[in-house]
Amino acid sequence: MSEYWNDIFGGTKSLLVGLGITAREFFKPVVTEQYPWEVPVMMPRFRGHIELVKNGETGRPNCIVCGMCMRNCPSGCITLTGKKPEGEKKKVLTKYELDFTKCSLCGSCIEGCNFNAIQFSKDYNLASTRKEDYIFDLLKRLEEQS
Amino acid sequence: MDTSIWRPILYLIGFMAFAGVNAAWLGWAERKGAAHIQRRNGPKEVGPFGLWQPLADGIKLMTKQLLIPSGTDDILFRIAPILAMIPALTSMVVIPFSGNIQARPIDLSVLLIFALASIGMFAILLGGWASGNKYAVISAARVVSQSIAYEIPMLITVITIVMITGSMSLQDIAMSQQGGFWHWNIFRLEGGHFIYMWVGFLIYFICSVAETNRAPFDMAEAESELVAGYMTEYGSMGFGLFMMGEYLNIVVGACMTTILFLGGWGSPFGFMPGIWWFLIKIYILIFAIIWIRWTYPRTQIYKLLNLSWKILIPFSLVNLLVTAAFIKVF
Repeated sequence: MSEYWNDIFGGTKSLLVGLGITAREFFKPVVTEQYPWEVPVMMPRFRGHIELVKNGETGRPNCIVCGMCMRNCPSGCITLTGKKPEGEKKKVLTKYELDFTKCSLCGSCIEGCNFNAIQFSKDYNLASTRKEDYIFDLLKRLEEQS
Repeated sequence: MDTSIWRPILYLIGFMAFAGVNAAWLGWAERKGAAHIQRRNGPKEVGPFGLWQPLADGIKLMTKQLLIPSGTDDILFRIAPILAMIPALTSMVVIPFSGNIQARPIDLSVLLIFALASIGMFAILLGGWASGNKYAVISAARVVSQSIAYEIPMLITVITIVMITGSMSLQDIAMSQQGGFWHWNIFRLEGGHFIYMWVGFLIYFICSVAETNRAPFDMAEAESELVAGYMTEYGSMGFGLFMMGEYLNIVVGACMTTILFLGGWGSPFGFMPGIWWFLIKIYILIFAIIWIRWTYPRTQIYKLLNLSWKILIPFSLVNLLVTAAFIKVF
């Protein structure tokens, strides 16, 4: 018999506690992100496709066209060319192409780079129906960003 | 009484509008309530605060094909959704929204309302049976056992009110509670009924939630067990009518709770009684019902029946005896 009353009073109490919790939650601000209107800030270690890093002083890419990234890439995503302008000692990047359809974001290219020339971007909302849209010209992207 | 032809026509239009607005925007209110309890936003795209969402949903449902699957009982399958709406709409005829807004003040209106509430159960029974789907049939069987279990304590509790008031007319019951909250049946000072009336109110409120098949008593549409129960085979407006019927049942249930326990259209402090107090009270109750739905998980069918047979029915019987004793003694 005491179990019967315990059921009633204990049950009622737990039901009231539950109602209290939902009542408090009702007046708290929403936690969901309204995606197309609110763009989330990505975490620092988020891996998007790679991008070139600009030299702060010269305004040109850090890249010296050594080709380590191209050689490190297991899938052969990266093709880059450079040429030596007349009167200068170092090569200048003329084309840096990333085939993102093959990239698995392993990061070997970034590990292999000794000149801090590439990094992961925070670009996450990529969508397209055409394969060509995923072959990025990163040099052009860098110019457009600045 | 005014016997002009305009009276029924105007009341009919008024009730249809009231029912339509409620059935549509309670869906919106429920989605908003659920969303905020879960700390989401809910509908917000269609119109300000998503207020036109019901219109968008309605258009979407109406443009869909009303599919009648093979193996169903064709006629019953079509009748069931309509039958889900009719009792709730018909109940409004006798509900006194205020002292002078009532379509027909029938002497036995309490009886009529509860008879119609039982017919509402048949819509689900017929819909489930006619679907020719095993989940729908199980759902129909559950609705019947649940309805029988919860109508008993509900009606016994209503008898206590009828005993206190001495009338089965909703108009008289509401009239006897006018002039301040200490006259309401739940807090009624004269005769000392306030000592135990809150028990009756709780029993009645739990039963009215159970009668409308709302969570946590929604055994008939337990998604995890029965797909969508009796609505499994319904699409387009067939489904829409079941939903509207459910919301109208909530409105009627809240109206009945208000009239029986919370003083109908009477104001809590005795000034300016009128339909606004009635509406405020029913929407507070409806909010409570939405709140309850999004707080509690669904129970199991045998626990649900245990609650009724082992707790609510004994309590309502004791409540009836105590009421009789109080009326005799005081």
